[in-house]
Amino acid sequence: MKQEAAVDVRGLRKAYGKEDVLKGLDLRVEQGTVYGVLGPNGAGKTTLIGILSTLLAPDSGSVRIFGLDVVRDADAVRRRIGLTGQFAAVDEGMSGRDNLVLFGRLAGYSAKTAKVRAEQLLDAFGLTDAAGRSAGKYSGGMRRRLDIAAAMLVAPDLLFLDEPTTGLDPRSRSEVWDIVRALVDHGTTVVLTTQYLEEADQLADRVAVIGGGSVIAEGTPAELKASIGSGSIQIRLADPKQRGEAEQVLRRVLRTEARLHANPAELSAQVSDPRQAALALTELSEAGIYTHQYSLGEPSLDEVFLTLTGRSARAETLKEENQ
Amino acid sequence: MSEPQSKMLAALNLRERPPRPSAPQAVLTFIWRSWRKTSGNAAYLAIDSIIFPAVFLLIFTYLFGGAISGSTGNYLQYLLPGMMVYTVTTMTVYIGINLKTDIERGVFNRFRTLPLWQPAAIIGTMAINLVSFAVGLITTLGLGMLLGFRPEAGWSGVLLSMLLVMLYAFSFSWIFACLGLTVRKTESLTTMSYLVLYPLMFTSNVFADTSTMPDWLGPVVAYNPVSLASASARALIHGTAGTAAMTTTLISLGCIIAVFMPLAFQLYRKKSK
Ligand SMILES: Nc1ncnc2c1ncn2[C@@H]1O[C@H](COP(=O)(O)OP(=O)(O)O)[C@@H](O)[C@H]1O
Ligand SMILES: [Mg+2]
Repeated sequence: MKQEAAVDVRGLRKAYGKEDVLKGLDLRVEQGTVYGVLGPNGAGKTTLIGILSTLLAPDSGSVRIFGLDVVRDADAVRRRIGLTGQFAAVDEGMSGRDNLVLFGRLAGYSAKTAKVRAEQLLDAFGLTDAAGRSAGKYSGGMRRRLDIAAAMLVAPDLLFLDEPTTGLDPRSRSEVWDIVRALVDHGTTVVLTTQYLEEADQLADRVAVIGGGSVIAEGTPAELKASIGSGSIQIRLADPKQRGEAEQVLRRVLRTEARLHANPAELSAQVSDPRQAALALTELSEAGIYTHQYSLGEPSLDEVFLTLTGRSARAETLKEENQ
Repeated sequence: MSEPQSKMLAALNLRERPPRPSAPQAVLTFIWRSWRKTSGNAAYLAIDSIIFPAVFLLIFTYLFGGAISGSTGNYLQYLLPGMMVYTVTTMTVYIGINLKTDIERGVFNRFRTLPLWQPAAIIGTMAINLVSFAVGLITTLGLGMLLGFRPEAGWSGVLLSMLLVMLYAFSFSWIFACLGLTVRKTESLTTMSYLVLYPLMFTSNVFADTSTMPDWLGPVVAYNPVSLASASARALIHGTAGTAAMTTTLISLGCIIAVFMPLAFQLYRKKSK
């Protein structure tokens, strides 16, 4: 028998007033995997997580968690999920310890067990020293850890993490990553949203890129990269003033748009074949454009993302023009 | 494996899944929560349920008593039960503020993703508010007795009238609970409480007999629930309660509860940020 999907979303639509945020989104997450949802600010990631975690009602479409309907069986769904939202869901008027005791009791532990669990988690998440302080006075990283600890009181079968590391310093970020990996080893399915492509690359087994209200690309990080070309060439020019010319050469030789980096001497482009890259470099030097440095590599998810969103934006424009 | 990670795994490894908390368990937990929060803010509790009631009782008795009633002693006999109603009326808005604050904070999202009997959150907050009502009432009554108030129906009258005033405050709180779950901004609640509660209180018989008020105010005064409550409290504490009047009061309060309590639960359940 095929295992029930942890998340199964079909034709999900959600609008706020007149603003359509999700326009027929499909998503399937297998049990025991880490699934990354990528999208820029305003793409609808938080809205999607809200619907998956029973906080928001979908307008239409079917949303199932372990085969349970999020609207009709909300209570049963809540028994199997944990949520760490974009903004920490902790009680700022209480101490860290009281927060964990509260959520432990609400999860169904006896008063005694709730206290034991609270201490265990405070210790595991490095919060014992701050346990007596009001959560409202915690730093962003501490609040986030408390929030994840609260979601872990009863190890959920499925954990939602909405931008778990946005606004965290690099150290806290890697701590959160460690937590996610530990959870997955433990058998929890994780759905996380992120704007950091590196994060999805580091953690996710599969990734969905959302844009324009639906999934515009889906697959393993490697598949996504492959789908838009096998690699990319990065070039640093000796003279930034020549970047416009260099861009034209690359476009002509590689038949793709070059991407201009923040550094005015740098640009990069997708290449499907390394031999073409060599050709491009030759053409550049023949045109009198000198390169300081160049490198050939796999495209970063960042580039995948820009290409995909660009592609979908073009598709949208075409659709509108055809109408 | 690194040290913190193994600790993390140990903390996660509990495979047991506790049973869903029963409704009474959930309510008790929310009462505990409200209590922890309130006791952490003991100063506010003291100001709201001890200092304010005491100050207002003194002001009305000594500053206006002579003017309204001729003598402070007579006036206190009339005023005190009304003051009990006044004290709790100003506090009924808190439940709305508490609920609104919870909803605005992230913690609401966590409550919503737990397999709980959702109204427990409201009931827990309400229970602690009832405690502050009781403290306010005892302060008002105790100070009143020190100033010379004498309950003519004795202690049983005191107890009955306190219960009635509590019931009244309980019923009014549900209206504010509903408002707290619908308003966009917390400040609107405070504004509303000034715009609604104070006119209601000043067109009631809390401070003075309503027979001298202008005729056009008649219906407002007659159907004013604040009047009903304070007239009944007065009647109970002085042993002059009539069955008909009491029944009217109890039915009115019952109706308010029957409408606004389920509505509040419904609004809470439907509420999303
Ligand atoms: N409660 C709301 N009311 C109205 N519009 C909203 C609400 N929440 C989100 N939006 C809008 O929906 C869009 C998607 O938001 P969101 O799901 O938060 O995206 P993301 O998490 O990807 O940044 C945004 O344009 C946002 O302004
Ligand atoms: Mg978001």
